[in-house]
Amino acid sequence: MRGRLTRWFPVLTLLAVSGALAQVDSIEGFEDPELNARYRDLIHTIRCMQCQNQSIAESPSVIAAGLRREVRSMMAEGRTNGEIRDYLASRYGDFINFLPPWRPSTWLLWIAPALLMLGGGLVFARVLRARMRQPMEDLE
Amino acid sequence: MSSNRANAWRFAIPAIVLGVLAAFFLRGLMLDPAYYESPLVCQAAPEFSLPDLADASRRVGTADFAGRTVLLNVWNSWCAPCREEHPFLLELAASGVPIYGINWDDERDKALAWLHTAGNPFVASAVDEVGEVAVAYGVYGYPETFLIDGDGTILVKHFGPLTPEDWSGKMLPAMEAECAVD
Amino acid sequence: MIPELGQFALVLAVCLSLCQAALPLAGSFTGRNDLMQLARPAAAGQFVFVGLAFAVLAYLFLTDDFSVEFVFLNSNSDLPSAYKFTAVWGGHEGSLLLWSLMLAGWTLAVAFASRSQPLEFSSRVLGVLGIVSSGILLFTLLTSNPFQRLLPYFPEGRDLNPLLQDPGMVVHPPMLYLGYVGMSVPFAFAVAALLAGRLDRNWARWTRPWTIGAWLFLTCGIALGSWWAYYEVGWGGWWFWDPVENASFLPWLMATALVHSLAVTERRGIFKSWTVLLAISAFTLSLLGTFLVRSGVIQSVHSFANDPARGLFILGLLLLISGGAFVLYALRAASLESEGGFHPVSRESFLLANNVLLVVATALILLGTLYPLFVDALNLPEVSIGEPYFNFVFLLPMLPLGVLLGFGMHAAWQKMSGRKLLRQLFWPLAVSIALALVLPFIFFGTNSFMTVVGLATGIWVGFSSFLMPLGRLFNAEAVRLSRAQWGMCIAHFGVGVFIIAATVTSGYSVEQDVAAREGQQWQLAGYELDFRELRRIEGQNFTADEAEIEVRRDGRYVATLRPQRRDYPVREVVMTESAIDANPFRDVLIALSDSVGDGAWAVHARYKPLIRFVWIGCVIMALGGLLAATDSRYRRPKELRAGVKPTEGAKPAVGVPAEEGGR
Repeated sequence: MRGRLTRWFPVLTLLAVSGALAQVDSIEGFEDPELNARYRDLIHTIRCMQCQNQSIAESPSVIAAGLRREVRSMMAEGRTNGEIRDYLASRYGDFINFLPPWRPSTWLLWIAPALLMLGGGLVFARVLRARMRQPMEDLE
Repeated sequence: MSSNRANAWRFAIPAIVLGVLAAFFLRGLMLDPAYYESPLVCQAAPEFSLPDLADASRRVGTADFAGRTVLLNVWNSWCAPCREEHPFLLELAASGVPIYGINWDDERDKALAWLHTAGNPFVASAVDEVGEVAVAYGVYGYPETFLIDGDGTILVKHFGPLTPEDWSGKMLPAMEAECAVD
Repeated sequence: MIPELGQFALVLAVCLSLCQAALPLAGSFTGRNDLMQLARPAAAGQFVFVGLAFAVLAYLFLTDDFSVEFVFLNSNSDLPSAYKFTAVWGGHEGSLLLWSLMLAGWTLAVAFASRSQPLEFSSRVLGVLGIVSSGILLFTLLTSNPFQRLLPYFPEGRDLNPLLQDPGMVVHPPMLYLGYVGMSVPFAFAVAALLAGRLDRNWARWTRPWTIGAWLFLTCGIALGSWWAYYEVGWGGWWFWDPVENASFLPWLMATALVHSLAVTERRGIFKSWTVLLAISAFTLSLLGTFLVRSGVIQSVHSFANDPARGLFILGLLLLISGGAFVLYALRAASLESEGGFHPVSRESFLLANNVLLVVATALILLGTLYPLFVDALNLPEVSIGEPYFNFVFLLPMLPLGVLLGFGMHAAWQKMSGRKLLRQLFWPLAVSIALALVLPFIFFGTNSFMTVVGLATGIWVGFSSFLMPLGRLFNAEAVRLSRAQWGMCIAHFGVGVFIIAATVTSGYSVEQDVAAREGQQWQLAGYELDFRELRRIEGQNFTADEAEIEVRRDGRYVATLRPQRRDYPVREVVMTESAIDANPFRDVLIALSDSVGDGAWAVHARYKPLIRFVWIGCVIMALGGLLAATDSRYRRPKELRAGVKPTEGAKPAVGVPAEEGGR
């Protein structure tokens, strides 16, 4: 489970980019740890279009590398995550985003968690109330 | 309260849910999950200017074919489907269809050698080193072929080898229809 | 000749399973003992012939018989023998045979154990199992025959998918299928109870060990799959919320709920319709998973070949078996209701919350998995749903469940003082939160909200799980814990370990994608990586580029990693083989992808703290399950049936029925 979303988890990629890194040809990423962390989180939410169900962070394919490069160049220009997603969706369709957009056709998807938790709570309360009125057993 | 009746009905919920799901699955079996419509169709073709495959000091790009209806083919020298469609591309080129190429995920010498031995259907080929044009065109595999009209509008984005059926069945009608509202 | 022998065995298996399906059930409704007694021999016979068919297929692989299409498509004479064997389940047709074998095995086991059960009940259970196996065997025989010949035949096979040529392939599918398919047993028990129109604590006592057994195999199977994906797909991920992964996870969630619901039914005789519903749902989700993987309806890394015709058959099976069960449920469940009160603070109440939260989690994951299909079927623009959505939607019900888990284990049945519970558990809770706040700073130097929440929950669950045994350690007069109670403690401890590991590895992993060449060095999370050499390697059925990378820490040598980029000529496939240095506390993983020209290569390095404990946690869970399933109260059916109270100390009175029953 890659549960890391930058605003929730710490920016540990400090260790990734700093240090004696000058000796390799290049590192995909940014010197600034916050930016790098944002980059790494973002690429985990973009689908590799050539593979089936992998993100561009995890795919060895050429298109994944190309997409990562594009993400980096847009981030370097100062674009927000939303702008980057929109751009990629304009080229590849919404399918490329692992986080579905907020649209009438996806409202159910976004409302479902709250709805079901609420529903679950109601079911729990109802069953409990009914059981509280029932006779208790003489255990042991 | 008719709670007893309502209560009894709740036991039917799982069966109903399964029924609804089954209906969706039935429909799903008739669809192909790999197919999808590109958002670039009927949009302006992104402009680009890349090094020429044959001569790295020259540039090839959208400027070269502005005003004409052309095919833009993303290819490389080693992918099997690219080799599959190659003879047909040669045919099209011979019959007067201008084809421009974007050489992606390849090595210059290998690409040139392949064109030398197998024939060159391209008016010119550009080299996309890092894939920036590929991404701009929403390319996610090779080969892909775009039909671009004189106004620079993408009429067709075709994934996979181009067959005569694709040409006559998809491309020619698209040239007629010219992105009329569907 | 031999392939035809296998096919013939399959035909005989179908006949026997049809007998097993129809006759005992008919006998149970007409009271004919002779028909009902056919169940066990039919089950035994089915097992023999399915086993024979499987053995024949294995033989065909091991002897390179490429005249058989399935062998041709999945094997090669250069393939190492071990992989020739595992290739039996490396494709759709063979894996179905494995499915059938597992089902036949479970059925046989149930048949043996059923000798202590009333004939009417056991014949119905075996009958339902017969319906399922008939369905699968017919599906195999009619649409997916592994013994189909390919004539004229090629002298050489197309080789096994390189992704499957791996030791993990030996264990993961059989384990997974054991679990997956094992859900059919509680399903059969539930349907038999519905057919009889009643269900009592004896029923719960019979059903529970089977459920725990299937659950623990499924746990191992899923953990193995995750581990295999981690080192095979190789870039540090261990769970991708891929539709096929979800397909195996959803039955697991339902099975977990079922195990706990059965506890209430066994102890108090309530939650009967919940339990039956969960049992039917768990197996339905198993069948659904089978459908999703093989029909081509959902895109996935794991899918077998897309074939809508086969998909249609499985859908039919799903409707017949699950639909039938749900309809039966709709008609009969109301008559299962029974009275039994409890208070808001009680074991039952916590287990009710457990049921509800697990069902919510299952529904949300199912929704996310199927949503692309819904949207596509309704001609709406396509969407894709991945990790970020599933992670959020899963944590939402599961974090509260983790917190409740710690309390629930110590809640008394029926009624308890909330204050007493809080007082008992105040210090463990406080210590958990304190540790969660402090430990990350000590080890990693930073902390964050989600890390604290995750760690606190995990430590809390782990701590709370061992309070009972610890308490007995310090209290000489306390009675001994039963094996089932030990099982419960250990399994829940495993859950705690898993939560801790998942939190740490999600929060503190480090990822790097570099372009490097021979002689270059760089740093990863405090380790120095030295790209020593790049060379070419020849394997049994592949050629590869291999990089030798030395790992050091503070100058001291740690390991030499040799990631490869392999070329399998027969299948025209290129695969990256990652290299991992593992110790219990962290993994260092390196993978090679492409040459970026000029001698430089794209190297991907990952630092994964505590990731081994993700799977160790699962193994601990399964171990706990094993203990719980083999508790003595499940192994002495005769005495209990006769109404003799077992003389085990502190355990609550086992379901000695006040009501006669189980028929």
